[in-house]
Formats: sequence, C-alpha cells, structure tokens
Amino acid sequence: MEMIEHALRENSLVMAFAFVGIIMWLSVHLSRYLTFGRVHGSAIAIVIGLILAYWGGMETGGSKGLADLKIFSGIGLMGGAMMRDFAIVATAFEVHVDEAKKAGLIGVLSLFLGTVIPFVVGASVAWSMGYTDAVSMTTIGAGAVTYIVGPVTGAAIGAGSDLMALSIATGLIKAIMVMVFTPALARFMKLDSPRSAMVFGGLAGTVSGVSAGLAATDRRLVPYGALVATFHTGLGCLMGPSVLFLATKALVG
Amino acid sequence: MIIYGTAILAACHLLGVYIGDVLGSLIGVKANVGGVGIAMMLLIAARVFLHKRGLMPETTELGVGFWAALYIPVVVAMASQQNVVAALKGGPVALLAALGAVTLCAAVIAFINRLGPKSQDSSWQIGTVADET
Repeated sequence: MEMIEHALRENSLVMAFAFVGIIMWLSVHLSRYLTFGRVHGSAIAIVIGLILAYWGGMETGGSKGLADLKIFSGIGLMGGAMMRDFAIVATAFEVHVDEAKKAGLIGVLSLFLGTVIPFVVGASVAWSMGYTDAVSMTTIGAGAVTYIVGPVTGAAIGAGSDLMALSIATGLIKAIMVMVFTPALARFMKLDSPRSAMVFGGLAGTVSGVSAGLAATDRRLVPYGALVATFHTGLGCLMGPSVLFLATKALVG
Repeated sequence: MIIYGTAILAACHLLGVYIGDVLGSLIGVKANVGGVGIAMMLLIAARVFLHKRGLMPETTELGVGFWAALYIPVVVAMASQQNVVAALKGGPVALLAALGAVTLCAAVIAFINRLGPKSQDSSWQIGTVADET
C-alpha cells in the first residue's frame, strides 16, 4: 500500500491524467445510461469535480480543493492556470475567423455590460444588507464581476481582509453557478452559434465559469466564448478601482 | 513534426501573456489584460499565415489539436481544485450578489441573442480549421 502511494506521489501529474480519465469515463456512462444523453457528460464530470473539491477542502482545510491532498497534487498542475490557459489558447485553432469577426463589436459591448451589470447587482445587494460605505459596496460589487477583480479592486481602494474574503466568495459562487447552470440555461440563452457564445463570454465573465460552462454545453463554442472572456478580468481590474469606485462614491458619499 | 505545432502554440501563449502584462502595466492595472485572448488571436494569425504558405502539415496541426482536445479534462481538473468550501461559507451577501448577477446576465444574454440576426450558416460546426482559405 505504501509502495502504491509512493508511486502515485512521485508521479502526481500522470496520476492526475489517469484520475481525470476515470472521472470522464464515469461521467460519459452516467450521462448515457442515467440521463439518456440529456445531461452532457462533461457537465456531469465538472459537477463531480466540484463535489470532490468540496470534499478535499473539508478534509484538508486548504483552499485548493482536491489538489491539497498529497496524492492529488497533480490535479493542481493539470487544472492550474498554466495548463488551463494553454488548452484554451489551443482551442483558438478551431476558430472560424469570419464568424469571430462578425461578432466582434457585440462581443466588446457584452464585455462592458458583463462588467457593469454584475457590479451594480453586487453593490446593490451589499448596500441592502448593510454594507453602505463606498469601499464595501465597490469591493463586493467587484467580486461579483470575477473573484480576481474583487480582491484586486479591494486592495487598490483599501478594503479590509474580511471584506476581501466576502468579495472572493461572491466571485467563486458566481463562477460555480455559471459552470453548473450554463448547460441547463443554454436553450434559454440561445447558446447555439459563435456569436451567441461570444455574447455569453462577455456577459458571464470569469474564464473558469465560461470555459467550463461552454465545455459542458457544446465543446465547439468554447474558443469563441473564451476569446472574449479572457479580457473580462483585465477590464474589471481596470474599471473596478477607477470608474466604478468613483461612481459608487459619488452615489453614496 | 508534432512538436512544431506545440512549440508554435507555446510561443503564441507566452507572447500573448507577455503583451497582456505590458498592456496591464501601461494602463496601470495590477492584472494581465487579455493575455490569453491576445495569445488566441496570435495563434489564429499564425495558423492562417502558415497555412497559406503550405507550412502547416497535418502532423504540425496535431501538436496543437492534442492540447485543444485535452481541454475538457483540464477543465474538470480545474473544477476539482476550486475553493468550494470558501464559496459556500460566503453567507447570504455573497450568495445573493452572485445569484443576482448570474440571473440578470443570463437574461441579458438571452435578450441580445434573440435580437441578433438569425444565423442560417452552420459552417462553423463542421471541420476544424484547415479547410478555410
């Protein structure tokens, strides 16, 4: 047993490939026989991943879900930002340039809406729950944009650490919701073309949410959504501590 | 050789992220501005450029295609290292703010996508790349 554990720990990335392979296999079969193909295999796999992340977090008290367990440290590398972005860039190979160009303008518009709308909602919720000062409202509102924009904005305008934690939690819940609900809401959102995927990428924000949500809906739409969504964090970090903070301050004093 | 494809992909990735960092510091933001998106555009440009000159044999494409195909498993690995515990501990403010943002954005996405031109062209569904000129 110890020998097996040793082998797994020494080869953590290889272990991660095997482990994720098993999850995918299981999910595809669950999709086929339990839901008769109605729920996409990737969607099930992502939900299984999130459940495992919860279990890992409870088990270790760490912040990286399953990857905090020693033998699963390879998951951290495989699903980390480096590999995620590498794989996303690779999907650009499948982009049909004309389709992407046609939707360029609406993509940019969505990107702006996708920053302002979540911010306003987040800041309003914060206000109605008693966080009535401009710094708190801005930090929580920025968290509703993405979980990176939240702490970056908070740090820039001098928010406390409990506020930052709240802001990050808001962004995380949003990302998880986008991952889980996108396939269910795909028909409602008319998510069926490159153009619609780009609108989605701009408005839904958070690269992790968009990339997982689209993967679970239709793999071919991924590059279009990701192309727009990857600008989301940058735009949010640009607008959060500046325009949005000043606007909030002007409103609540 | 397959590695050529992977190397082109890697070069585009690194260059894109670098440009994103530079862009971020130019406008005074403590974040990467669209690095991955820029990398994607570089890769698209590289593909079109090389393909026109016939410098993109199938094996080279495989070096990129493999990583694109690994995309979903990587996303599953990403999901399993999210800080789900912290997210669930956020309490009602975080939950309501996130739920409100997601709901309203979904409604706006639905609205915009219904406004748009009805797309009859489904050529994007088939084939990858290579058959584009």
